[in-house]
Amino acid sequence: MNEVLLRSLTPSVLGILVRRGADFAAAEDAVQDALVEAVRVWPADPPRDPKGWLVTVAWRRFLDATRADAARRRREDLVDEEPAPGPAAAVDDTLQLYFLCAHPSLTPSSAVALTLRAVGGLTTRQIAQAYLVPEATMAQRISRAKRTVSGNGVSPARAKPRARGRFDQPGNVATVLRVLYLVFNEGYSGDVDLAAEAIRLTRQLAAAIDHPEVAGLLALMLLHHARRAARTAPDGSLVPLAEQDRGRWDTESIAEGVGILQAALARDRLGEFQAQAAIAALHADAPTAEETDWVQIVEWYDELARLTDSPVVRLNRAVAVGEADGPRAGLAELAALDDSLPRHAAVAAYLHERDGDLATAARLYAEAAHKAPDLAERDHLTRQAARLNARRCR
Amino acid sequence: MAKYLLLKHYRGAPASVNDVPMDQWTPEEISAHMQYMNDFAARLEKTGEFVDGQALAPEGTFVRYDGEGRPPVTDGPFAETKDLIAGWMVIDVDSYERAIELAGDLSAAPGAGGKPIHEWLEVRPFLACPPTITE
Repeated sequence: MNEVLLRSLTPSVLGILVRRGADFAAAEDAVQDALVEAVRVWPADPPRDPKGWLVTVAWRRFLDATRADAARRRREDLVDEEPAPGPAAAVDDTLQLYFLCAHPSLTPSSAVALTLRAVGGLTTRQIAQAYLVPEATMAQRISRAKRTVSGNGVSPARAKPRARGRFDQPGNVATVLRVLYLVFNEGYSGDVDLAAEAIRLTRQLAAAIDHPEVAGLLALMLLHHARRAARTAPDGSLVPLAEQDRGRWDTESIAEGVGILQAALARDRLGEFQAQAAIAALHADAPTAEETDWVQIVEWYDELARLTDSPVVRLNRAVAVGEADGPRAGLAELAALDDSLPRHAAVAAYLHERDGDLATAARLYAEAAHKAPDLAERDHLTRQAARLNARRCR
Repeated sequence: MAKYLLLKHYRGAPASVNDVPMDQWTPEEISAHMQYMNDFAARLEKTGEFVDGQALAPEGTFVRYDGEGRPPVTDGPFAETKDLIAGWMVIDVDSYERAIELAGDLSAAPGAGGKPIHEWLEVRPFLACPPTITE
């Protein structure tokens, strides 16, 4: 049995339960139980209709749990209710679920965890392992998040029938995309490949909603994911873009990303993810690092700066200018930026090295290593400093 | 079994024997050092003695409560702080002697010239729960 296939049914099954009147938190628990049951039972006894099976089992679990709770919570009226399945609005349900899990009142880490569980169908243990926190901590984070979005303790049976099963105050597309972007950027650390999971969830979202920025984010992820194998050396150290073995890039993933991006750009509603994907596509398009179209990349950074006004974008733009117009031009751009920006020293080091000032470059690489946000980057920058120091001494 | 914290210092420990900063090593020497550290942790995972290990950024901030309704006061980072933790490893071993042996192995990680750094590591026992049987 394919676990990813099973998990892809999660959001629509959950959506059906909620539409039938289950409150979100209870429905989500019931769906998790059904998934666990499916993993146990399906290998020996595969159902003809997997989704129908999951809905039936999850609904039964929900009723059992509600019955157990009934005396205290007075939900008997809901227990006896067996609503007609109604028209299948699976796509709409899925979309609503994404919005709910990116609810504006959730913190980013809660939204990420809830999305992975309720939309992605991952278990709490898998999510905990992926984020390197104890399972009990992740369980608390998820249950608090569910309570936050479940609507402030109002029992669904007491709510008006029309209002029941509807998600209140969902987030918007932009917040959903931010959550998926965060998941993708986490890469993979435990037994779950978060980058692949983020791509799967974004693909599912792109199928549910026609939105150029959703397409842009999907293209961006595919283009970055395509370079993954080439990004680390066998000893685990980082390999910068210019030194990567481009033969190891995944051309299929690149072709798909470029196709999705072109269709999105043709709609003429540019957004930051499309612009970032365009930059990634230009890198992917160059047969060698020397053949990179830096002039066009600078133009895309101009678009990106216009869209986001982010100093990080202007820092990256300085690198591109350094490649397009020479390191002195890049350093001039850099001079206009606050040197407390993350990676400012690393960019300065790189541009000084290209300009031939190895002593300054080595000093700045060491300074950048001192400020590096993660181990891989720190090691990489320390190696750069060491490389230049070794060259200068000989 | 008893847990011990192995502490590595940026500053505050006595100077190591092979005391050359890492950015003065060759890239190959850095790789060899990383490999040694990874192998060490992997070996302890295999023997069932590894609990946790983390590296810390060199710069931190001091924070203290500043009274009802006021935001906390922050200070630092202090360039002159005497003691600065670089990272830690938590091990769960059968004896104090084993903890010392492992810390010694870790301190032998290669540095400049491929020679052991002989870095001073601090070994701190965890304060454990009281044993069930006390007499």
